[in-house]
Amino acid sequence: MTALTDPSRASFRLSMLIYDTRYRSFTIQVVALLGFMLFGAWLISNTITNLQTLGKPIQFGFLLEPAQYDINQRLLDYNNRDTHLRAAFIGLTNTLLVAFLGCIAATIIGVFVGVLRLSKNWLVAKIMTVYVEIFRNVPVLLWIVLAMAVLIESLPSPRDFRGEDPEASMALFDTVAITNRGVYIPEPLFSRSLGDVHLFGASPLRMDISLDLLAIVLVIIGSIFAIKKVNARATAIQNSTGLRPTTWHLNLGIFFVPLIVLLIALGFHLGYPALKGFNFQGGTHLRNSLTALWLALSLYTAAFIAEIVRAGILAISHGQTEAAGALGLRPKRIMSLVVLPQALRVIIPPLISNYLNLTKNSSLAIAVGYMDITGTLGGITMNQTGRELESVLMLMLAYLIISLTISAVMNWYNSRVKLVER
Amino acid sequence: MSDTHAEAARAITFVRTEMLPEQDPPASTIGIIGWGRTNLFSSIGNSILTVIALIFIGYVLSGLLPWLFQSVWNAESLNECREIMNATWGDTHGHACWGVVKERWLQLLYGFYPDNLYWRVNLAFVLTLVAMAPVLFAEQMPRKMLILTALYPFLMPWLLWGGAIWGPIVTALGFVIGYFAYKILEPLAGSLVAIIAAVVLPVIWWFGLAGPISEALTDLLPIGIEAVQSRKFGGFMLAILLGIVAIGCSLPIGIVLALGRQSDLLLVKAICVGFIEFIRGVPLITLLFVASLLLNLFLPPGTNFDIILRVMIMMTLFAAAYMAEVIRGGLAALPKGQYEGADSLGLNYWQAQRLIIMPQALKISIPGIVSTFIGIFKDTTLVSIIGLFDVIGLSNAIRADTAWNGIYWELFAFIAFLFFIVCFSMSRYSMYLERKLQTGHK
Repeated sequence: MTALTDPSRASFRLSMLIYDTRYRSFTIQVVALLGFMLFGAWLISNTITNLQTLGKPIQFGFLLEPAQYDINQRLLDYNNRDTHLRAAFIGLTNTLLVAFLGCIAATIIGVFVGVLRLSKNWLVAKIMTVYVEIFRNVPVLLWIVLAMAVLIESLPSPRDFRGEDPEASMALFDTVAITNRGVYIPEPLFSRSLGDVHLFGASPLRMDISLDLLAIVLVIIGSIFAIKKVNARATAIQNSTGLRPTTWHLNLGIFFVPLIVLLIALGFHLGYPALKGFNFQGGTHLRNSLTALWLALSLYTAAFIAEIVRAGILAISHGQTEAAGALGLRPKRIMSLVVLPQALRVIIPPLISNYLNLTKNSSLAIAVGYMDITGTLGGITMNQTGRELESVLMLMLAYLIISLTISAVMNWYNSRVKLVER
Repeated sequence: MSDTHAEAARAITFVRTEMLPEQDPPASTIGIIGWGRTNLFSSIGNSILTVIALIFIGYVLSGLLPWLFQSVWNAESLNECREIMNATWGDTHGHACWGVVKERWLQLLYGFYPDNLYWRVNLAFVLTLVAMAPVLFAEQMPRKMLILTALYPFLMPWLLWGGAIWGPIVTALGFVIGYFAYKILEPLAGSLVAIIAAVVLPVIWWFGLAGPISEALTDLLPIGIEAVQSRKFGGFMLAILLGIVAIGCSLPIGIVLALGRQSDLLLVKAICVGFIEFIRGVPLITLLFVASLLLNLFLPPGTNFDIILRVMIMMTLFAAAYMAEVIRGGLAALPKGQYEGADSLGLNYWQAQRLIIMPQALKISIPGIVSTFIGIFKDTTLVSIIGLFDVIGLSNAIRADTAWNGIYWELFAFIAFLFFIVCFSMSRYSMYLERKLQTGHK
């Protein structure tokens, strides 16, 4: 009897590695790992042999040589005697700049279009549908070169602003000059400036941060913090007495008074662009490449965001709105307390992945000559030094870091707002 | 008595004995007026929006329609266009010069492909549609057509690149060898040996024997069509070619990657996650840099294969990573009961995937799959940045011609139109498919 019921204690046989489910997964994994490592080793050995034949072993020394090219649109100081590494860093800041501006613009346009697509007005809804379909179904590269062509071909040149009766005039009460050489907007100036703080010495990452800007940001953060306190106190009073004190005038004061006082103390004024010689001087110059890229990326991504917003709002079942109404909430409160919090949970993950797409699409800057990190490190630096492998590896690494950071933020958000179901 | 009764009744009440005829609804609630009142002018705010929208439409159309229709079709150069415009309408603004499209549309479609061989491209395209039909419209088409679909991957490259017919035949033979190796060995040596043989034998055939054999056959029987080099490929044809290959190959690879990512095997999972996150984390343009500059470095010294093939490989890998994520979404959306149900029926892993999980998961992920297709098709334009002459690259080349120097809008409009047609029909097809496969209650 016992001999039949006891599991046989037979010794381990080689075939059990495949046919015994206890060992099979182990076998598969070992085979997969071996295959993967063999494949990797094969690639690496090929690369090393090939690079040796070409006579350029992997070295990153070229990054510290002078770059010898100019970058015209930039946030930080740079000249052509700086190193390739500095140029790449400037490119990275340019990538982040256009991605930041693009995400903001795309969100605003996208939410606007998405809400209007649900409008009861048939005509408006149809116009927005046409916008979404046209922008979604045509490649973004085409939109970028098209935007560049529009800016260069259809805008007036600076000389049209000259003379007694100029063909073109400046927009927004003579403060913004929109020309085919770029857009000139007023720049903020401080007559009693606090100066700059220099970070990272003379390294390739050096940057000058304006203390004025820092002070303004700090004051705004402080004000927002104070407003939160006031609101918390109002809520506490409401919980104890049932009456909520009016806070909006206090909040407005807390927000604006310190800011205005600070701006006056710093001697804030705007520097307007003015036509001098053949071109505009003064103001901040946004080059066409930046504007075209910004415009095209935001309009293109906005079409996707509009669909996400629309789907998010539609995803909230009508019962939710009706239940909130039955509880006696007014329409505005229904929107802010019931519909939006639930819709945002649906909207935000795909929204962030669209921000990620926009950032990656900003690498198409190379088509219009905007010097982002693809244009510097993957463009001129790579062509000048002939270090394709190193440049492309660093380029990929830079984008990977950006992407993984954004995904980490998204995962954190997802785990925070996850619905805990029964 | 009876008379007075009847009189009294007549005097007091009125009883209707027949139904009144139905009245028409008020004129303001039906027809075009009623529709307008509910959809356009239901409130003051809505009316204002309608008026703004009408003004906007009027403004756009007043610019667009003359540009589209008061245009010049017969001109050899931009200057000639402008002369004709000046002569006809008195100005050069606001009129399209379609002469460029009329003169160059063949080039925009076919690139530098020899013009006496355009029929091969057309035939390949028709063949694509025929091969896709039994897959896309499975119910309306006879099953026999699937044979053509199976032959298509060998016929299409042969038609486009030309050369001896033995290359594709010998390549296809590899699959036949694999099939028969499995069929013969399975009853003799068990399924594992058979599967290994079915993979190893064709690989030996392709890498060791196929080349010499096809060369020998070509020497023996030189049957073939004129060969066309890759650098002559271009235009919209290139976008379609890259799109078809990337779309066709990315779906199976994506499914495998998605399964790998869901797998319990830690190492397999780690490899798949690493691959997917890496590809999704970098822009396509960097992968195209790899294709154009680095891929040859990774391969054995002396390998030098075609730039279009290299681009195809990278685009397929790119699309596969996105596809894997879409399918993973479908797998995750499936209720756990489906997996458990499959297990309780005693199905093994692959049977469960094939019969229960995948059909449902793929159905859920149709919208995502198709939007990935559309995305990858639009992304084929990026090859212009690494120097291939796709439509955007060609439009730059046309503008470099002195005759057409300075022409933008007409070319962009034409290119946008081409892409819009293809992408829009793809998205409509996905909606049709979603409706067709909708089996649940809504």
